[in-house]
Amino acid sequence: MAVAETIREKLAAAFSPARLEVRDESHLHKGHAGARPGGESHFRILIVADAFQGMSRLARQRAVNAALKDELAGPVHALAMTALTPAEAGETGQ
Amino acid sequence: MSDNPIFAEIKAKIDANPVMLFMKGTPQFPQCGFSAAVVQILDYLGVEYGSANVLESPELRQGVKDYSDWPTIPQLYVKGEFVGGCDIVREMFENGELRAFLEEKGVPVAA
Repeated sequence: MAVAETIREKLAAAFSPARLEVRDESHLHKGHAGARPGGESHFRILIVADAFQGMSRLARQRAVNAALKDELAGPVHALAMTALTPAEAGETGQ
Repeated sequence: MSDNPIFAEIKAKIDANPVMLFMKGTPQFPQCGFSAAVVQILDYLGVEYGSANVLESPELRQGVKDYSDWPTIPQLYVKGEFVGGCDIVREMFENGELRAFLEEKGVPVAA
């Protein structure tokens, strides 16, 4: 399975997000030490979930990192993220 | 936890520098876009900070990840407190929180 797809599935299972975007930005890091020829090394995610309510930025990222522990230990070299609650994202979540 | 000899070295750096950045490369020559972004923000705010180049030491590179329980570099510490990586620092900077946080911690910031 493509790494992006694995990320998507794990985050969906862990946070039931109202919105989830996973972008492979590996092409922006070509030639960089952590980049691999096949890509799938650098990702950017936007995740909007009720689960983040009451959590600090640090706690949110720790939670996301924990959900993607295996990927971060393996193929994923960099993970940029924005983790918001529906209210912060200006969405009702309905 | 504490049986890792590199932890004492990391803690010493954090204790010695009110603002301490673990990064790839140096502030003068960052070797990663995420590290460069944090350097840029700290420089913009006129903050004095210490830095350590994790690319010079595989032990430090893995050690600081374990120490902070954070899987990526850069990592920013202020007065011994782990603030976060590039995303968090950038978000805090963009909404003015970072300046307020530094001032609250007693770190001199350029006007």
